[in-house]
Amino acid sequence: MPSILEVQNLAKNYGDFTAVKGISFDIKEGEIFSLLGPNGAGKTTTISMLSTLYTPTSGDATIAGHSITKDPMAVKQVIGVVPQEIALYEDLTARENLLFWGQMYGLSGKFLTSRVDEVLEQIGLVDKAKNRVKTYSGGMKRRVNIGVGLLHKPRLLFMDEPTVGIDPQSRRAILDTVKDLNKQGMTVLYTTHYMEEAQELSDRVGIIDHGELIALGTQKELTQQVGQTETLILHIGENDDPEALAKSLDGVEGVLEAISTDHEVSVVANEAEEVLAAVVTKANDRGIKIRSIDIREPNLEAVFLHLTGRALRN
Amino acid sequence: MKKLLLIGLKDLQLMFRDRAALTFMLLAPFLLTIGMGFVTGRFSGGSTGISDIPVVIVNLDQAELGNALEDLFNSEDMAELLEPTASSDPEAARQLIDSDQASAAVIIPQGFTRSIIPAEGTMFDANSVPPEAVQIEVYANPSRPTGAGIVKAIVDEFVSRVEEGRTSGMTSIVGLMQSGLLNPQNAESEARAMFENVDETESTAITLKTDKEGAAATEFDLLAYFAPGMALMFLMYTVSYGGRSILAERAQGTLPRLMISPTQTAQVLGGKVLGIFFMGVAQVGILILASAVFFQVKWGDPLGMIALILAAVFGAAGWGMVITAFARTPAQVGSTGSAIMLIFGILGGSFINLEQLPPFMQTISKITPNAWGLDGFTTLALGGTLKNLTEPITALLIMGAVLFGIAVVLFNRNGLVQK
Repeated sequence: MPSILEVQNLAKNYGDFTAVKGISFDIKEGEIFSLLGPNGAGKTTTISMLSTLYTPTSGDATIAGHSITKDPMAVKQVIGVVPQEIALYEDLTARENLLFWGQMYGLSGKFLTSRVDEVLEQIGLVDKAKNRVKTYSGGMKRRVNIGVGLLHKPRLLFMDEPTVGIDPQSRRAILDTVKDLNKQGMTVLYTTHYMEEAQELSDRVGIIDHGELIALGTQKELTQQVGQTETLILHIGENDDPEALAKSLDGVEGVLEAISTDHEVSVVANEAEEVLAAVVTKANDRGIKIRSIDIREPNLEAVFLHLTGRALRN
Repeated sequence: MKKLLLIGLKDLQLMFRDRAALTFMLLAPFLLTIGMGFVTGRFSGGSTGISDIPVVIVNLDQAELGNALEDLFNSEDMAELLEPTASSDPEAARQLIDSDQASAAVIIPQGFTRSIIPAEGTMFDANSVPPEAVQIEVYANPSRPTGAGIVKAIVDEFVSRVEEGRTSGMTSIVGLMQSGLLNPQNAESEARAMFENVDETESTAITLKTDKEGAAATEFDLLAYFAPGMALMFLMYTVSYGGRSILAERAQGTLPRLMISPTQTAQVLGGKVLGIFFMGVAQVGILILASAVFFQVKWGDPLGMIALILAAVFGAAGWGMVITAFARTPAQVGSTGSAIMLIFGILGGSFINLEQLPPFMQTISKITPNAWGLDGFTTLALGGTLKNLTEPITALLIMGAVLFGIAVVLFNRNGLVQK
């Protein structure tokens, strides 16, 4: 599969602060590629540079053969962007918003109206199309926000955390929409800090942290980086000290690594069940109350934890 | 160009859906205009609010019509409105105007009456040489356009009535002579009597404002001053509202979204400016239409009015863009815009006739689109046409162009969105 996007050493500095540190990756035509990372990792800045909104400090990227720095107008014709914030005119109806944005992408006449009808169908808002956006729920606004990005049938769609702050039902609908779009042949660059979303959607994942692309590959390739380990997640009381518990687990037989986060301790082991009794005993010895225990098989969360020493959501 | 229009029309559509903004842009100036109408007696036939216009009368004619015009300026009907002083030296009178001590000088030249009413025994004498036309000079003070305009309107009306009387009188006398009803020997005395009555019969009909009598040309309706005054003041709110929408769109993400669509930055900025322009024109247009419909305000030459509205909105929009370019948040534009609206309203004559302000304040007022706009609307209300609006329209266009230039430099320096 040829690459539709090739990023070469893309960097963005704000004074002394480096938001994106010379990242490089490519996206094959027809795949869903997720940029996974916590808030502030540089995902939105990367999307903003790729969509020609921000000028890179150094590096470049080509989209369908067009340089984002040298030929931004050609790039804009190829891409669709669903920004993280809901970028709509709240005093216009969904239909009016779609008509306006469609015209901004050069659509007109019957093609425009038929595309608006199709997109309204696609986002499930035909019945509410004549209501002003400000009367919509957060999830409905998100769907219109996505619809705007689809109007001109872009070859490459950038979706920047499109499920932030919405109910599970709307989230499910959005994830299904992304999969449908991909089935229809659209290439998607999806950014998220939800490991589950990246796992469900992605053909390949790039993990980004502090502006650096720290891992890149298929999910299988990434989880292999942390080996065939399992992770015990101990949820402890609010007044208990997770760091003290993590330290006390050092040297316990079978425990490979113990990392503390807010009210949680993640214990990495080859077999979680084998170390469970010892971990609980250590907690009891220290008077730490365990509220619940999860056992997780290798996943992107574990990869992130393994690579950064921090949980993804922190 | 299409995208500019689309962005501009979208902004206009959004304005009409913003009830709070509409209240401030349309209802508030309309109600304030009504209030000013009551305060100034426009609705009760009371005082006009404009009074004691200083005018210098130089009567070099010293004959029937010259004296009649001088009497008119000194009449009781005009006592509240005018403050005439007599002078015998035209040059001294002009100097008084140049030194801003009066609104206008009316110089009635020697021979004015004789140019209209020939000397005795020469009226129907085929051998006599007709007298040369002599014109009354109104030397106007450009820094007091309202007062000067009123004086000029009074003189124009007087002259037109004298001319009207002369023409109809001559037609009647000739008709009577041709039909044999008037003896040629008595024709001159009859005609002279008709001419000499012109001032007595007509001058009392010359009033500053009346809905019942007098000619339209002399009517100066105070609402034709206060209605545009209020419209121009709230126009400053509208342009800052439009400017604020640039920053609001930046904050809500629609501006970055516009920038990543296949649209040039200049098109986005141009569209936003066009939106401000559309909003301003719509606001002033609606207010003017409403005051014409509800208050029967006579706005004068429609072509001049349209040109003036466009120029005033252009000048004001320039201010809106500069305020926006300096501000960082929509709230800053809102507060700065409201402050400037009030300052320009006071300074530009929306509440107080500029002629009542000290000369230095009148000079400062020239930075406001309100002052130039009011100057133009007053000219129109006093019977002026597009050709009389060259100065205010040119000033407003220059103001707008300079301010837009400043705004573009600032936007280029700071960027429309964070880069």
